[in-house]
Amino acid sequence: MQAKKRYVIFFVSCGALIYGFYGGFKFNSESVQSSLREQLPTFASFDDLTETQYLQRQPRLNSKPCRMETCFDFTRCGEDPKIYVYPTEGTVSQSYRKVLTVIRESRYATKDPNEACLFLPAVDTLDADHLSPEHVADVGTRLPQLPYWKNGRNHLIFNLYAGTWPDYAEEALGFDPGDAILARASASETVFREGFDVSLPLFHKEHPERGGVAPAATANLFPAPRKHLLAFKGKRYVHGIGSETRNSLWHLHDGASLVLVTTCRHGKSWKHLRDERCDEDNQEYDKFDYEQLLANSTFCLVARGRRLGSYRFLEALAAGCIPVLLSNGWRLPFDERIDWRRAVIWADERLLLQVPELVRSVPPERVLALRQQTQLLWQQYFSSIEKIVYTTIEIIFERISAYKASRHREALIWNSSPGALGILASYGDSRAQLPFTVTAPKAPLAPELLPAPLPAPAVPLISPPPTASDTYTALLYVQVTSPALHKLLANIASSEFCEKVVLVWDSERAAPSLKSLTRVAGDNREPLPVLVIDATTHYPGEGVAARWKPLWAVPTAAVFSLDGDAPLLAEELDFAFKVWQHFPERIVGYPARSHYWDEAKGAWGYSSKWGGAYSMVLPGAALVHRAILALYGASAPALRHAVQRAHNCEDILLNCLVAHLIRRPPLKLAQRRRYKAAHHRYKSSWSDPEHFIQRQSCLNTFATAWGYMPLLRSVLRFDPILFKDPVSTLRKKYRKMELVTS
Amino acid sequence: MDSEPLLTTSKHSRHISYRNILYHRFFVGLLLFIVLSLVFTVLFNLFSTSSPRTNFHEPIKLALLGLPLLELSKDLPKSESRLSNCSYWECFNVYRCGRGGHDKITVYIYPLNDYQTEYGKPISQFSKEFYTILDTIRHSKYYTPDPGEACLLVPSIDTLNQNSFSSEYVSRALHTLPYWNNGENHLIFNMLPGKPPNYETVVTLNTGKAIIAGGGFDTWSFRYGFDISIPVYSHIAERIDSIQPKQKNFMIISTQVNIPENYLEQLQNIASSSIDLLLLDKCKSPTGVVDYMKRCEYTTGRMFNYPEVLKEGMFCVVIRSARLSQAVLMDILASQCIPIVIADSIVMPFNSHVDWNKIALFVPEHNVKNLLKIVHSVSKERRGELYWQLRWAYDKYLASIEKITMTTLEIINEKVFPLAARMYEDWNMPEHLYGPVNPLFLPVTAAKAPGFTAVILTYDRVDSLFALVHKLVRTPSLAKILVIWNNQKKKPPPSDEWPVINKPLKVILTKENKLSNRFYPYDEIETECQLTIDDDIVMLTPDELEFGFDVWREFPDRIVGFPSRLHVWDNVTYSWRYHSEWTNQISMVLTGAAFHHKIWSWYYTHKMPAEIRRWVDDNFNCEDIAMNFLVANVTRKPPIKVTPRKKFKCPECTNTEMLSADARHMSHRSACIDRFAKIYGHMALQAVEFRADPLQYRETVSGIPHMYPDIGAL
Repeated sequence: MQAKKRYVIFFVSCGALIYGFYGGFKFNSESVQSSLREQLPTFASFDDLTETQYLQRQPRLNSKPCRMETCFDFTRCGEDPKIYVYPTEGTVSQSYRKVLTVIRESRYATKDPNEACLFLPAVDTLDADHLSPEHVADVGTRLPQLPYWKNGRNHLIFNLYAGTWPDYAEEALGFDPGDAILARASASETVFREGFDVSLPLFHKEHPERGGVAPAATANLFPAPRKHLLAFKGKRYVHGIGSETRNSLWHLHDGASLVLVTTCRHGKSWKHLRDERCDEDNQEYDKFDYEQLLANSTFCLVARGRRLGSYRFLEALAAGCIPVLLSNGWRLPFDERIDWRRAVIWADERLLLQVPELVRSVPPERVLALRQQTQLLWQQYFSSIEKIVYTTIEIIFERISAYKASRHREALIWNSSPGALGILASYGDSRAQLPFTVTAPKAPLAPELLPAPLPAPAVPLISPPPTASDTYTALLYVQVTSPALHKLLANIASSEFCEKVVLVWDSERAAPSLKSLTRVAGDNREPLPVLVIDATTHYPGEGVAARWKPLWAVPTAAVFSLDGDAPLLAEELDFAFKVWQHFPERIVGYPARSHYWDEAKGAWGYSSKWGGAYSMVLPGAALVHRAILALYGASAPALRHAVQRAHNCEDILLNCLVAHLIRRPPLKLAQRRRYKAAHHRYKSSWSDPEHFIQRQSCLNTFATAWGYMPLLRSVLRFDPILFKDPVSTLRKKYRKMELVTS
Repeated sequence: MDSEPLLTTSKHSRHISYRNILYHRFFVGLLLFIVLSLVFTVLFNLFSTSSPRTNFHEPIKLALLGLPLLELSKDLPKSESRLSNCSYWECFNVYRCGRGGHDKITVYIYPLNDYQTEYGKPISQFSKEFYTILDTIRHSKYYTPDPGEACLLVPSIDTLNQNSFSSEYVSRALHTLPYWNNGENHLIFNMLPGKPPNYETVVTLNTGKAIIAGGGFDTWSFRYGFDISIPVYSHIAERIDSIQPKQKNFMIISTQVNIPENYLEQLQNIASSSIDLLLLDKCKSPTGVVDYMKRCEYTTGRMFNYPEVLKEGMFCVVIRSARLSQAVLMDILASQCIPIVIADSIVMPFNSHVDWNKIALFVPEHNVKNLLKIVHSVSKERRGELYWQLRWAYDKYLASIEKITMTTLEIINEKVFPLAARMYEDWNMPEHLYGPVNPLFLPVTAAKAPGFTAVILTYDRVDSLFALVHKLVRTPSLAKILVIWNNQKKKPPPSDEWPVINKPLKVILTKENKLSNRFYPYDEIETECQLTIDDDIVMLTPDELEFGFDVWREFPDRIVGFPSRLHVWDNVTYSWRYHSEWTNQISMVLTGAAFHHKIWSWYYTHKMPAEIRRWVDDNFNCEDIAMNFLVANVTRKPPIKVTPRKKFKCPECTNTEMLSADARHMSHRSACIDRFAKIYGHMALQAVEFRADPLQYRETVSGIPHMYPDIGAL
């Protein structure tokens, strides 16, 4: 027994020792560690964290590159910043002429240099490569002679090509930009002045001024069944800067899923510079067609050329071929606001041979998202020079509003449909106020600031735009009082969702003094408030163009735009609003019209006799989002003038604008065809053939201004669920609507 | 054991020999033990010394005691000074990453050393925060003990606070690091850079090509796409809880004690003319001892507790001082007060990934006088967005040293492995606020030409299947028919029995009779649009189908179907109820015949909660409800019902037997809705009051031929 005990004690102590040595040590050290850790001092004392210093307003440091706060004079820019374009002198390349025209005809332009916030020299600075035929030599001397130059302060300079053979130095512009903002292509991370310069895409001479090619790859096939996985076809430089990457592409080429073909044939002396692979490469090169490759492959290699950027980038984007970048250090176009992570894949020139593996491991759902984003971005920001230039200006102007009021359009607005060009920077500060995201649940509200501890704020509040709510505002445009108007007002008063009536009175006669509408008997709601606005005094000479001007009086996001004699029933008003709540970005209403291409005249035609399809819903009886009407007010001056001149066509313009913006057709409701009372005392202008021709010509004016016909067709209409079903009318919610026939 | 016979010789001798044997055994045992442990130790030593050859590396022990002493003399060379124009492409050696088959960055930590100057003074003070940084890396998935395999290397010299280390000596120490190589792929952490009087905005240290994770960068010192901006940590912030007052009592609060004089003047001007700004300072006590946990109002001297007072503010001011970035930002964020950042050219923490415009207001230094105007112009909606966003972002990226460290590593990881990069939404849009992302976001009307693929789920009703095939091929836009043969016991009819049609038809045999088979994204579906259809739905006319397809083209991200159903809340049973027919609203369409995008089949199979799929297959029911839930949840859009059709079966054939079956069916379906709503955590379905009809539906007057004349009956 004793021996056993001894043995046991002996082994137990041995075990304990061993455990103590190997296992417990760790345990010991851990506990020691954590206590020691608690004893460690914190990295900075309170005094370290609160070091202070008397700050002088820093004088502008010449040694540092420009930033907005050091090189830009914000005091020149007001609420609605403008851009002044110098008058053109001397030779200007075709591309730069397009840039100048686009800006001069835009809503940003001003003719008065004193109210300008930004200046655009009419000196062609696009091409700074003195070997190029487009190069303008004396830019360096002409810029400082500009009357408002002041070392380039508040000036904007476009540049596509900097530097020249052999080093293609980015700094070699041939002129000193000084404090001017450079909008430049092929910018690199190191030279780019962060938050000051704007990065541009490199575009062709043939890039259209307006309109532009519609996105080509709108099919969302899943998984994407393209013939090639990765494609590249282009010239390669045998020697010199930027040649390495393209010279080694042939390693990856397999002729089927990876098509990477290059040629040495370019320039006059290629035969002298050729290397041993040139013949083989040229042979492979001729086997593939460039356009076909773009359209048939999932990814396109965008390899740097002599400069960092290449035309290929835009071409790939347009074709819906996801760019795979092999251009180390390149600042992508407009990357200040565009999130390229959604649309491109970054490869690394140093890891060229890993590119096939990289693209193979992109999951199919990511491919689908990437491709859609290429199309979205192409359409919104790149398809025409107009869009590229507008985007540049919007980015700069947004910096101004960020500086002045800490207000930015959200990144999500920039990177989803309809994009920043479709939303006024000055309209609201939250996505909840915009029509495009109503489906996203609203962020919960911050704790209310009750008035108790806080008296009214010292500065009066400017009321922000309304968010989507359960009510609409009826915005009537009235030229004459008629029984139809009274009937309409009575119907509006019995509508369930109307919050306010705004009546725009456009007539020589005195405006009616209406303050509210009484409800029908049995309806216990408060009388409906009415605001009458006399357009002849408020907006003299604007005519019908003034009908959506008084947005300040509209307290809801939903605006029911009505003609004074629209014969809509209360039921129709309510049903329309119910539908609109699901499609706040579209025009939702009753009277539909259609457009068609008239082969004989070679022009667009306008028709009210539609068959199976329509493309416009007239806002004589339609719901539109307030933000869209605000955008209408800021549309291009040429368009607005056309409406003002014609005293007509405002409804067509609105339809074109919305279609251009959201690329979706409007929505027609139920069966009603006409939206004017058929028989009232005054001769309707709608039966007037003159009127019709005018509308036709409007349509063509708009198509020219946009560079394409934005309208889209639809074949469907929305009816109430039980519309005209052979069931008891008692079951139906919208009964009276069925009785409306025309 | 030969001791047995010995034991039996005599009692006495047995006793003695027993003892002897015992001793003998004991010593033999001891000897054995010693020999064994010796052998073990030798082996162990051999094993550990052979580690470079077998590539075995022991993880670093972050021991703080008994560190090897390294004395740095003045003559040692210093590392090269920081390269101000480094970029990821030039200064970062990407070949070091991905070694050993890693698909993420690997981080090595240098062993801790007690660096001292030749006068025996430590060259830097080792802080708790830096220890936590190292410890976080040590325990993260990125850590590697093997310097040869490391993509990033972290020197274990504390450089967080410029005031507590010697730039001279640390530069020397860096140069002595075995893998320093001019700082290539090294990561240096710093929070307080710069010293008086200049207060540089980047750590004053010869860091060569090293990446700097630093606080207080300005846009000039920050190397875009290379350096990482981190916040200045505040240990006060970690003690602030997330409980919020019901009401905020002050519009703007400023609690900072180190506001530069000229800005202070402007703030005092505002505070004196408006009660919207509560301007606080250190409390002056007669003894001269400053209590950091108290703040006093400038004019009245009213006393507040810090940091509790921050919670009372809607907006809180953080203003630059000697350094651009201030630790008070962390206190403000932790208190869920919207920061107003007044610091020109500041680079905000993690600015490359975290969208600070959704978190804070930025007021230029020049514009301090307009502070109130700017704050008042912020709409209620934006205020709400900022308020919730900042809480979420703080908790996710900034709340502790661990999180700051991990976010830093993740950003580097995304740079090195671009496919690992998460989208803007993942970084900045909390799903609980914004919901999932619609996979079909391009606004287009889908093309007509590719047509649609009809996917017919069938078991054995061959006759009606053939009738359906005959009917379907008359729809012009039909591209292909796919028959999903769900019967494993029976073979489909031989090919010569199938109807002869002018469209491709393919039969797919399934392995298991599951309802979910109809929503499998078969490779054979080569069109965007698929028409899911039961084998007995023979009453749909070609015009109806064609119109349905045209409607789908206009709403390609939704389900477009014929008969519809509704969900309603039952106030008696407190549960969702399934409702069919004759309602003025719809929230689901039956997938007995419905068009939808193929991606939803993929979502159904791969992304839908597995619980739902299991429920559907176990109960052999509700796959259509599941699909409606799925699409509505992702897109937040209701389905679209086309044409008046309400039923597939004839309404006259109801009899009592079917009615009772019907009742059971309804309760079953109601249970499904209830269950799915619980799984998603909310009712994803939305009810609408409209359906889509052809433009000329029920029109008699126009005289223009109808586009879809044969729109069937109910």
